[in-house]
Amino acid sequence: MTVLGGRPHGLTSLAVDDDLDPRPRLVVVGTGMAGARFVEEVLERGGGEQFRITVLGDEPHGTYNRIMLSPVLAGETGEDEIVLNSHDWYADNGVQLRAGVRVERLDTAAKLAYASDGTAAPYDHLVLATGSYSFVPPMAGVRRGDGELLPGVHGFRTIDETRAMLDAVGRCRRAVVLGGGLLGLEAARALQGHGVDVDLVHAAPWLMNAQLSREAGAVLERSVAALGIRVHLDVLATEVLGEGHVEGVLLRDGRRLDCDLLVVAAGVRPHTDVAVRSGLEVERGVVVDDQLRTDDPDVYAIGECAQHRGEVYGLVAPAWEHARVLADVLTGTDPAAEYHGSRTATKLKVAGVDVATMGMSAPERDSDELLVVSEPKRGVHLSVVVRDDRLVGATLLGDTRRVAALTQAFDRGSALPEERIRLLVDLADGPAEVAVADMPADARVCNCNGVTKGAICGAVADGCGSVGAVMDRTRAGRGCGSCKALVAQVVEWAADGDVAEDPAAAWYVPGVPLAKPDLVAAIRERDLRSVSAVFAALAPGGKEDARSKTGLTSLLKTVWGVDFLPEKDGEFINDRVHANIQRDGTFSVVPQMKGGVTTPAQLRRIADVAERYEVPMVKVTGGQRIDLLGVRKEDLPAVWADLGMPSGYAYGKTTRTVKTCVGSDFCRFGLDDSTALGIAMETRFQGIESPAKVKMAVVGCPRNCAEAYVKDVGVVAVGTGRWEVYVGGAAGASVRKGDLLATVGSPEEVLTVAGRFVQYYREHANWLERTYDFVPRVGPARIRSVVVDDADGTCADLDAALQRSVDAYTDPWGQDGPEPATPGQFATSLPLLPLPQVPVR
Amino acid sequence: MSVTDTRPVAPPGVRAHTVGRAEDVPPGEGRAFVAGGVQVAVFRLRDGSLHATQAACPHAGGPLADGQTDPDVLVCPLHLHGFRWRDGSSTGDAGPLTVYPVREVDGLLVVDA
Ligand code: SRM
Ligand SMILES: Cc1cc2nc3c(=O)[nH]c(=O)nc-3n(C[C@H](O)[C@H](O)[C@H](O)COP(=O)(O)OP(=O)(O)OC[C@H]3O[C@@H](n4cnc5c(N)ncnc54)[C@H](O)[C@@H]3O)c2cc1C
Ligand code: SF4
Ligand code: FES
Repeated sequence: MTVLGGRPHGLTSLAVDDDLDPRPRLVVVGTGMAGARFVEEVLERGGGEQFRITVLGDEPHGTYNRIMLSPVLAGETGEDEIVLNSHDWYADNGVQLRAGVRVERLDTAAKLAYASDGTAAPYDHLVLATGSYSFVPPMAGVRRGDGELLPGVHGFRTIDETRAMLDAVGRCRRAVVLGGGLLGLEAARALQGHGVDVDLVHAAPWLMNAQLSREAGAVLERSVAALGIRVHLDVLATEVLGEGHVEGVLLRDGRRLDCDLLVVAAGVRPHTDVAVRSGLEVERGVVVDDQLRTDDPDVYAIGECAQHRGEVYGLVAPAWEHARVLADVLTGTDPAAEYHGSRTATKLKVAGVDVATMGMSAPERDSDELLVVSEPKRGVHLSVVVRDDRLVGATLLGDTRRVAALTQAFDRGSALPEERIRLLVDLADGPAEVAVADMPADARVCNCNGVTKGAICGAVADGCGSVGAVMDRTRAGRGCGSCKALVAQVVEWAADGDVAEDPAAAWYVPGVPLAKPDLVAAIRERDLRSVSAVFAALAPGGKEDARSKTGLTSLLKTVWGVDFLPEKDGEFINDRVHANIQRDGTFSVVPQMKGGVTTPAQLRRIADVAERYEVPMVKVTGGQRIDLLGVRKEDLPAVWADLGMPSGYAYGKTTRTVKTCVGSDFCRFGLDDSTALGIAMETRFQGIESPAKVKMAVVGCPRNCAEAYVKDVGVVAVGTGRWEVYVGGAAGASVRKGDLLATVGSPEEVLTVAGRFVQYYREHANWLERTYDFVPRVGPARIRSVVVDDADGTCADLDAALQRSVDAYTDPWGQDGPEPATPGQFATSLPLLPLPQVPVR
Repeated sequence: MSVTDTRPVAPPGVRAHTVGRAEDVPPGEGRAFVAGGVQVAVFRLRDGSLHATQAACPHAGGPLADGQTDPDVLVCPLHLHGFRWRDGSSTGDAGPLTVYPVREVDGLLVVDA
């Protein structure tokens, strides 16, 4: 099993327990969302110096965002993306993490926490953050003799359960989900997205009965049914069928639903066993006071396992509020801090139906006002409950555009418009920015993290220049993520449009307000051949924009080929000196080594150059060639001359290396000569300007030794002279298997099909859009129809355009080595000041 | 200026230094020079204007002379932080940049540092 957020060298971080360390011991039980946040809050208050902190968690993983398990199950989010605090994070922050260790009971007199590994951890303060578990309702046959769930039956609470389901979906045809609450609906939709046929069984008379009124529930039911999920209401499942593996469930009314996967999402129960065994007061949850203290003065409980003023919450926002208050109390930042309960709001994340609810779903007093807008046909049902001129509840189904404004009114209890209908319907249909401008500073934007509009504006004022930077600083949007759009709006508003993430996402570059096709058309029509000509003709006020230059240079090279008018300042420094800039201002030199094949003579020359120019590091790259790192700018021309090898284009937004395996010449499995084809490809496609880098590989059989399935263009020999061409693969920041574009019968056809694809990509992709985004965006079927079936009749044009670029190739190292393109092209820009040096190995 | 401010400070008696010839800095580009012990980067924009800044990026020491420019900002090549010519302030959250007066005198570049 892979440990999520783990470290290669072991599960737990070791810390020597120093008896001389006078700091009190703070022990946290549970590495979930409450426990981890509590540790963060303590560290933020300087508690790392105050306490020796130990965290014990039942799960072997680091802390992950449990909320995001729904999108993970849906395949929309990778599991690595949901890690919140990795094992390294704990180690880096001086917190001893003991992952995979379960606490069994506390000895509150001796102040020891007994754990499943036989150890006893001493504590001065102990925090229970044990969360909840999936409740499995009593059903005959649901468990095996040993008490384990029948294979095929899964809860939905942990990453391991999610992985197990993801593993199962490939083999399943039919699933039954028990529970029509938030979790059940998310699970049902996620499974359905994997092509599984889903039945949803809910014991209550309408869906999401805890949050929705009966009418709203009925509207939701229609929308869910319209997605193709069969909904069975007001009925209990009484028996799970199947011997070694689940085969179906029996409902109380006698119906039988066949399935090979059963997901139980019928509610959660707080993990209270440790508290019970330790003699602490437990009702539904571990009972705590306004300072989150149990009836033992040194034991606290937070998150879903805690019961405060009779309430047990099942959401993350209250858990995080607990964490804040308790951190204030324990670190002494605010010893009198108190928690007084939370108002809760929820949203459905993956269901394909928008649902947001807050507070009450129906009026409770005679004097309560209820306003309903219901359009069951469109699947829309909106309602608000108003008490004493304050919003005390809202339900938005099928149309959540008003959620921001309503959340604000709900959180703040602010005065409401006279015309109540304005709460639900934007009569003026004004733009969203107006709403943002109108929001008061203490309006909550991110509910999970309690981040207000004021906090976001503060971060922008402090210099956070992008939505991402603001999210990092304030944590807004880092919970369930459903507020990201609103966060972006607030950031834009606060920054007056000066945001790094450009609102005009459709423009090819930020400084010219045109999408790529329009820009190309304008460039051709007006015969614009240089970057400055484009700015003069097409930018607002003719104004240059530093951040647009590199993208324009690339586009102009693609459009005009040799007829492009180069301007050095239009190029990124890498392209200006044909090498990749390093952190200390030196450069790396990667000579071409087609297909990863070299010769003793080449190696000797590389060795000589490395010695002659005191190259600090010589490294074999992940791209099957040799990198000389740390070359001084002023030495570049001489290094190239002495190498006598062409550029490998390791620095450019161009075609790069073609990796190959040894293929049929040497390998006992080789089906064809992959090495020769790879070299042919690298020769044909060398140095071709493209929207982002293009990496290729050719392998001699599907064992895929040179990783062709995960390249922008990957070619696989499948025997009898046939080759498969894959496109859009990736194994960088994204990992994606390429889509099969065509299977062809000769190396020549591979070159043709791959060339057409590359040219189509050059013409249609956005600046910096890798093929792993481009291919799914356009759709493999569409690409196939254009470049293989010639559906648009453009193949001849694509072939010709690519051929022009192939013919225009010149080795840049040969070019301005002898004669600099501009004065001082290779003059050092290295400051005299000491800089972080690239280490010499 | 606070004691933690590490920007290169012009000594009390700011002096004019000739750092090179006008043609050493091609249009749109930047080059690094030394002006009386201070390392500076001098830029000639496409509109003909001259600008000079400290040579090392306040973010992580990047070689600013290798950056890209427009009439408003200079963008460092290493992590693409932007700095306003106007006052050296960052468009993001990097530290501010010291800017120096620069002019062309009889075909020579003169920086006050
Ligand atoms: C040298 C090398 C690492 C090594 O020591 O092996 C390397 C080094 C760098 N990679 Fe890489 N990548 C190297 C192979 C890879 C590979 C593997 C491969 O090509 O088979 C990948 C995964 C495939 C891919 O391209 O996605 C890879 C994915 C990246 C990415 C992530 C791109 C993405 O969209 O996911 C970046 C960042 C970027 O492009 O913005 C990156 C960026 C970089 C940069 C250019 C960082 C930068 O922007 O300055 C590094 C420059 C070092 C230098 O000056 O030489 N490098 N990089 C490898 C050079 C291969 C070559 O011979 O050309
Ligand atoms: C699929 C899914 C979707 C959700 N969506 C949302 C949403 O959209 N919005 C929202 O607000 N909330 C949502 N939630 C609920 C949210 O995840 C919880 O409210 C939150 O995780 C509670 O945090 P916690 O730390 O109290 O519990 P948990 O995150 O469950 O953490 C408890 C941890 O304690 C460990 N533990 C238990 N007993 C012991 C022991 N004896 N010894 C050591 N360790 C122990 C457990 O293994 C677990 O790791 C969702 C939950 C799920 C499962
Ligand atoms: S993985 Fe990161 S650090 Fe390593 S070479 Fe690539 S970009 Fe640089
Ligand atoms: S060093 Fe200049 S932006 Fe990082």
